[in-house]
Amino acid sequence: MRKVAIYGKGGIGKSTTTQNTVAGLAEMGKKVMVVGCDPKADSTRLLLGGLAQGTVLDTLRSEGEDVELEDIRKVGFGGTLCTESGGPEPGVGCAGRGIITSINLLEQLGAYAESEGLDYVFYDVLGDVVCGGFAMPIREGKAQEIYIVVSGEMMAMYAANNICKGIVKYAEAGGVRLGGLICNSRNVDNERQMIEELAKQLGTQMIHFVPRNNFVQKAEINRKTVIDFDGTHPQADEYRALAKKIDENKMFIVPTPLEIEELEKLLIDFGIAN
Amino acid sequence: MGNKNNKVFDPEFVKQEMIKKYPAKVARKRAKGIVVNKIEGEDKVVPEIQANVRTIPGIITQRGCCYAGCKGVVLGPTRDILNLTHGPIGCGFYSWLTRRNQTKPETETSENYMPYCFSTDMQDEDIVFGGEKKLKQAIREAMEIFKPKAIGIFSTCPVGLIGDDVHAVARDMREEFPGTNIFGFSCEGYKGVTQSAGHHIANNELYKHIIGENDTPLDAKFKVNMLGEYNIGGDAFEIERMFNESGLTLNSSFSGNSSYDQFARAHTADLDVVMCHRSINYMAEMLEAKFGIPWFKVNFIGAKDSAKSMRKIAKYFDDKELTAKIEAFIEKEMAEVEKVRLDVIKRTEGKTAALFVGGSRAHHYQELFKELGMKTISSGYEFGHRDDYEGRKVLDTIKVDADSRNIEELTIEKDEARYKARKSEAELDALKSDKDFEMNDYVGLMPDSEEGSLIIDDISHYETEKLLEICKPDIFCAGIKEKYVVQKWGVPLKQLHSYDYGGPYAGFKGAINFYKEIDRMLSSKVWADIKAPWEQSPELVAKYAFNN
Repeated sequence: MRKVAIYGKGGIGKSTTTQNTVAGLAEMGKKVMVVGCDPKADSTRLLLGGLAQGTVLDTLRSEGEDVELEDIRKVGFGGTLCTESGGPEPGVGCAGRGIITSINLLEQLGAYAESEGLDYVFYDVLGDVVCGGFAMPIREGKAQEIYIVVSGEMMAMYAANNICKGIVKYAEAGGVRLGGLICNSRNVDNERQMIEELAKQLGTQMIHFVPRNNFVQKAEINRKTVIDFDGTHPQADEYRALAKKIDENKMFIVPTPLEIEELEKLLIDFGIAN
Repeated sequence: MGNKNNKVFDPEFVKQEMIKKYPAKVARKRAKGIVVNKIEGEDKVVPEIQANVRTIPGIITQRGCCYAGCKGVVLGPTRDILNLTHGPIGCGFYSWLTRRNQTKPETETSENYMPYCFSTDMQDEDIVFGGEKKLKQAIREAMEIFKPKAIGIFSTCPVGLIGDDVHAVARDMREEFPGTNIFGFSCEGYKGVTQSAGHHIANNELYKHIIGENDTPLDAKFKVNMLGEYNIGGDAFEIERMFNESGLTLNSSFSGNSSYDQFARAHTADLDVVMCHRSINYMAEMLEAKFGIPWFKVNFIGAKDSAKSMRKIAKYFDDKELTAKIEAFIEKEMAEVEKVRLDVIKRTEGKTAALFVGGSRAHHYQELFKELGMKTISSGYEFGHRDDYEGRKVLDTIKVDADSRNIEELTIEKDEARYKARKSEAELDALKSDKDFEMNDYVGLMPDSEEGSLIIDDISHYETEKLLEICKPDIFCAGIKEKYVVQKWGVPLKQLHSYDYGGPYAGFKGAINFYKEIDRMLSSKVWADIKAPWEQSPELVAKYAFNN
């Protein structure tokens, strides 16, 4: 079983990319579980055809200790298994702690057991790495490979670099490695070259360049992944390609985060200077 | 015992031995907190000591947390405020009566919540989703069962981390239960560098929420507030007896054997006297600024100092009848004290003590040891500030750091309607001009300690063991954390936080108790048996039985 976590700046398209890619893997016949690690609990919406999910933490609250795996895990597109951690409403409590609690519960309930026959677990994690709780999936060997969703926008690259720092921190103890950058295009000038260069400097690869296409939004409004909504659309092939590359990926490294000056130079060389 | 006392005590050598093994940076920092005492001139100028700064991580410290200072120390002895800890259960449980502060309700049916331990017992779920609802529920339960006149809510570390707003909850609950005074303390354990931060926060909230509630003064002539006395082992009972028998009236106690009503009328007193300067000086200053109550420092630990403090109060009131009554009382009590002292001193004279405790006790208890002819060779505080060591004269030179800024500083204005000068300007000036009177002052530990004794702030475990190894004092005074380590060195340890199982040690009767206790501890033969036989002579000699 490969354990994958998807990180990236808030709003970059982590949940969308994750679910579309997971749909691609499911289509290949892989058995995948998706664990949403965002209090908003919207990481499995496209796979389930809507927000049909009681979150782990809500269930824990209403059912007490007596929780069954079936209560918190729903079957979505292509046999994918979907769970959402959930968390407090904005401005209350500690969402990070919530994620720790819910991942521990999933482990206790045997969601990762060999008998489940999983090929993949995907963790879809909120925003930047903000505190210990959100770093949970990369600690203690819970996730082994990380993909960072990024675009050619400065803050997205900045966030990607920060996440790499988090990976370095846990690489030694937890054994986590970076599998690559996924460029979710925002149609920035020289975007592909810039992200390829960023990947090179981080010591990794740009595993795939996902072109911008409004069809993704269209599928999203219909609560579906692109492959599910219209498998013949060219964008569906992009996600199939990404899924295949991840499946065949052999490049797992400890990244070398950039100094802020190097990052700015990159932006100037590829962005403003041209 | 006592054979080590003939050795010349070289404080500078001891200091160097203590810091020798430390890494350079640690040694530099610790060196500033370990000072050989030197008292110069008429103004009793002492060297500067580093105090109230963060403990070096990894050093085993004696210190406690902000929550402990607020909930445990200052509010711990309050019997009719229902003290509710908002946090996981351990914080509430381990701060429950561990200081052995006693209380005596007015009648058998009067409110007394000290035998109870109240906590919201936060669980994982409350951390994730926030604990405010559970806190409200706990208050509703408390109201239903006890209907207290007041509830204090104490914040523990996780409450601060997840951002529960205890003050907003208190506000909501006051509206829901209009007859009960409900207020919160932001005393999360991690605030400040020691429990001292918690004392300050406790002072602030008591001042904001209770002081001045009741304007009806007691019908008495000499109404005194006793500040910074926490009734450990019944100390406050003895002081109250002394007041009663000599014509003084205890108006309000902060907070040994205290009651809510006492706090509410504190501002109607004629005088504030301060025992523990560190934990309560804020209150004394606020009461003076807002209501015009003068304050001065007293010490009821030690018979001589108790008498001196009583005379100080007599001098302040300047009333012939009162003075005569106080003098007669002192004479009667001192006769009893002297009888015991003259017997005990035969066995204690020339012995040595080391005291590492509190923010005033390491100073006050030196008086009792002096009365027994004993010398305090080394002393220091856990959570004292520089003014507690060097005296309030250095207040202006103390640097305010980020840790102190973290704690709310109230701006106090004169209460035009209720401010009443207790003494005329001229009378106050006359009192202040007498240096020994220490009006609005605290002289500090160092000017009163032995010249050449070693003053150590926030002593570490390693330094404690070095001190024992080199100096081996005849008695060591600290707390439960140090007790058994020290005793394994063959040195008896007297706990001055909880008094072990004894007390009271304050006032005249307390002095007698203390003399007897020290006599018992120093005369015990058990300390000679600390070394096992095989440690004393490693080789056992035996003979074959058949050779005989």
